[in-house]
Amino acid sequence: MSELTKRVPKQHIVGFIGSIVLTVLAAWTAVGSNLPVPWIITAIMVLAVIQAFIQLFMFMHMTETDSGKIQAGNMLYGFFIAVVIVAGSIWTMSFGYTHDHGGNSDTEQHEEHMDH
Amino acid sequence: MSAHTDTNTGPLEYRSKEGRMNILGFWIFLGAEVVLFSTLFATYAVLFGRTADAPAPSELFEMPMVLIMTFLLLTSSFTCGIAIHHMRRGSLKGLVVWLIVTLALGLGFLGFEIYEFVHYAHEGASLPSSAFWSAFFVLTGTHGLHVLLGISWAVLILIQLRQRGLTPVTSRKVFVVGLYWHFLDVIWIFIFTSVYLIGMVV
Repeated sequence: MSELTKRVPKQHIVGFIGSIVLTVLAAWTAVGSNLPVPWIITAIMVLAVIQAFIQLFMFMHMTETDSGKIQAGNMLYGFFIAVVIVAGSIWTMSFGYTHDHGGNSDTEQHEEHMDH
Repeated sequence: MSAHTDTNTGPLEYRSKEGRMNILGFWIFLGAEVVLFSTLFATYAVLFGRTADAPAPSELFEMPMVLIMTFLLLTSSFTCGIAIHHMRRGSLKGLVVWLIVTLALGLGFLGFEIYEFVHYAHEGASLPSSAFWSAFFVLTGTHGLHVLLGISWAVLILIQLRQRGLTPVTSRKVFVVGLYWHFLDVIWIFIFTSVYLIGMVV
């Protein structure tokens, strides 16, 4: 692999610049764009996943050596379980949430429901 | 790919069977860490908005602060990669210098995080303030403890490097602590996005 002998680690620099761009883009999408909230959440989560893959492939060299496939499979399995736990928890708890608060899930509710 | 399977010319950390198995084993540990953090993310997501009498996250989260912490950790992940690159070129000095830069950035991140927590506590948001803030401090605090552990671990590896130099064993240890460090940034990307950015938007 030519990466070994190069003086300048091109892959790392590309990954670093990519990460900065994705971070700034996500921050701007959150506070600078006027997109509807569900769109913002979807967009920044997609940006986060792309950035995580940059770390795994360009910085951590997840797929190098003959164990690469096992390593990648193991991490994908970990992320799959993570998505199931997070999405499953939100889905399960969403029922009681609507019932308790009459569908009012905005951040001001602590002022309106001080007695909770 | 093939260069890494060559036990004579590939990177030092892959030259022994033991070294390769250790690295594979560490990847399996990282998979379990992803799941550990997912339970904390799930708790946080479920308790989002349950701030009771304490301030809402949108009142306390500040973009400049969060961006500084993110860039500190992101840059440290990059410099850690540069350290590994120097190690693979056989440069002990380059490795040590970049590893120290990495740790300095990591300490900077921790400093900001401690400042942030103290600031929130002054504003009336601490661990016992509400369900939301409990979930917030446990999630970000667990990540912060991982960073502290990573720094301490890397310092011990630096001492070993000084005593033993670059050998297949020490390179494997550096590579593994490097993986751990990059992984902390992976978790932070999701904290940055789903805790701070969403906390500022919703």
